[in-house]
Amino acid sequence: MWERIREMIIKELKQTLREPKMRATLIMPPLIQLLVFGYAVNLDVEHAKLAWMDQDRSIESRELLEQFTGSARFTVVRFLESEQDTHLTHDRSEVEGVVRILPGFAADIARGRAASVQVLVDGTNSNTASIVSTQCTQVIRQFSAKKLEKLQRQKLVGRAVDRPLFAPLPTLTIEPRVWFNPELRSRNYFVPGVLVNIIMLVTLSLTSMAIVREKEIGTMEQLMVTPIRPIELIIGKTLPFAAIGMIQLLFITMVGMLVFQVPLNGSPGLLVFSSLFFIECTLGLGLFISTISNTQQQAMMTTLFVFQPMFMLSGFSFPIRNMPEIVQWVTYLNPMRYFMEVVRGIFLKGVGIEILWPQILALAVLGTTILAISAMRFRKRLD
Amino acid sequence: MSEFSVVIEHLTKRFGTFVAVDNVTLNVGKGEIFGFLGPNGAGKSTTIRILCGLLAPTSGKAIVAGYNVASDPELVRANIGYMSQRFSLYDDLTVAENIDFFSGIYGVAKDKRPIRKQYALDMSGLVGREDSMTRTLPGGLKQRLALGCAILHEPPIIFLDEPTSGVDPIARRSFWDLIYQLSEAGQTVFVTTHYMDEAEYCHRLALMYKGKMISLGTPAELKQALGKGSMEEVFVESIEREEAASV
Repeated sequence: MWERIREMIIKELKQTLREPKMRATLIMPPLIQLLVFGYAVNLDVEHAKLAWMDQDRSIESRELLEQFTGSARFTVVRFLESEQDTHLTHDRSEVEGVVRILPGFAADIARGRAASVQVLVDGTNSNTASIVSTQCTQVIRQFSAKKLEKLQRQKLVGRAVDRPLFAPLPTLTIEPRVWFNPELRSRNYFVPGVLVNIIMLVTLSLTSMAIVREKEIGTMEQLMVTPIRPIELIIGKTLPFAAIGMIQLLFITMVGMLVFQVPLNGSPGLLVFSSLFFIECTLGLGLFISTISNTQQQAMMTTLFVFQPMFMLSGFSFPIRNMPEIVQWVTYLNPMRYFMEVVRGIFLKGVGIEILWPQILALAVLGTTILAISAMRFRKRLD
Repeated sequence: MSEFSVVIEHLTKRFGTFVAVDNVTLNVGKGEIFGFLGPNGAGKSTTIRILCGLLAPTSGKAIVAGYNVASDPELVRANIGYMSQRFSLYDDLTVAENIDFFSGIYGVAKDKRPIRKQYALDMSGLVGREDSMTRTLPGGLKQRLALGCAILHEPPIIFLDEPTSGVDPIARRSFWDLIYQLSEAGQTVFVTTHYMDEAEYCHRLALMYKGKMISLGTPAELKQALGKGSMEEVFVESIEREEAASV
């Protein structure tokens, strides 16, 4: 038995690693995805471009401008004069937002009244918009806190000249602290996710293609008339791709850590261990696709058809908690969902099996089920 | 084991309502070259696939090398060689790698492998080209290598499904020399064809038409029965009679 499995594995590896086309399939997708998600896709907002419209022209309004320009988060690129300019700069996407100081700003501050600053944000990209808006609010809040404090002090000093007394207001300052990804780098979030995508895509397509290719060229029929047993054929056809999946796991982890500085806070051993169950799922699925496809084109199309929704519903970029409840239930059948949680848990949170066991167990159950169903469908008969 | 290599009794195979093999009964003796002659779609390939355990018979019985194909397909497979018209080799492996792979899969004993490999190389005329990619070989050589790989485990029965389709006449001729060598060594060869000249080379022939076996005998017997001089005339005449009878 092991003799025949060994022959199958040697043959599969030779075929996969010899063809330049196949070698390219192994190297290009991980490389491209890593580059795209590591460098290009960046949801972080740094140096947001702002336009400044000062209708008060006071000392206070200039102080606020200094607050904005002093912050590394903003670059003030334009100074606007009229309402019309505001529309034009937004229409031309020259800036992410406009800060407008209304007339009477300084006077309101001096009198201790609520002073108004208007922030217009380009909402075309909702993610950027909410970040810019939050950051603007922060700067303005800091400014107003400072002003308030100064005002209070002036009033306290003014007690001597018999003015009404205001007790100093206790000010609450919120200092948010982000755990696991303190700098909120989207790279830290995406690069471990790429790991999941790549293992999924490569092992799924390699397995289904390798079996269907043999159907197409007729060697499957030839294999079927040999004494090889279905289980030997299945093991021989899947183990090489499991090994390739593991090598990709190591490769992407190394690149992620060395090139993109993504921290691996948890145990590398647990990462490898849990990925075994994930690969069990993808191989089972690949095997299943090969039992329902007769040509390589069919297998390729089916692979994409399966991969696309699984990717969308994995939580890679769209949070699962924002999905409609029914869709959320569907994601419980998606192995990518669990492995995404495991991988991000290990990389960013550094948590261990005591936290991640439900996800790993789910992967094991899903993997064993799909592999068993596919193996049963995979018979050595043509009809 | 009986004196017959292949025993077929009332074998029928239906695909839905289509009857691909219709109540066929025949025996093939050891060392015999048995030909299946018939037009495309006559049920030749389907019968061979049933005998190899690739398809399950709808009804009837088929015994190959003493084992029932429906209940013991694995035992049947250990005793047969099968080569289809597609010369199923791995194009992206070398000649030697193909031979080694099939040796391993067929479970040829380790100490016999070098001898069998040499045999396969000799018979396919590929000595010195062990490291050539199989895809670069011409059709005739591929065909011989495919046969070589299919008989590495020295099976007593060899099934050849249109083994010479798409190969030039000289390569076909020398391929039949190989078949004779196998037969002389005591191996049974079960071959399908639609070439009339090849039919003449068979020891015995079954004429298949629309799933039915319409005649059975040696080429000489078949010609004599119909008073015809060539297999082609026998073939056409038999089919015309069958058509007339069915109307």
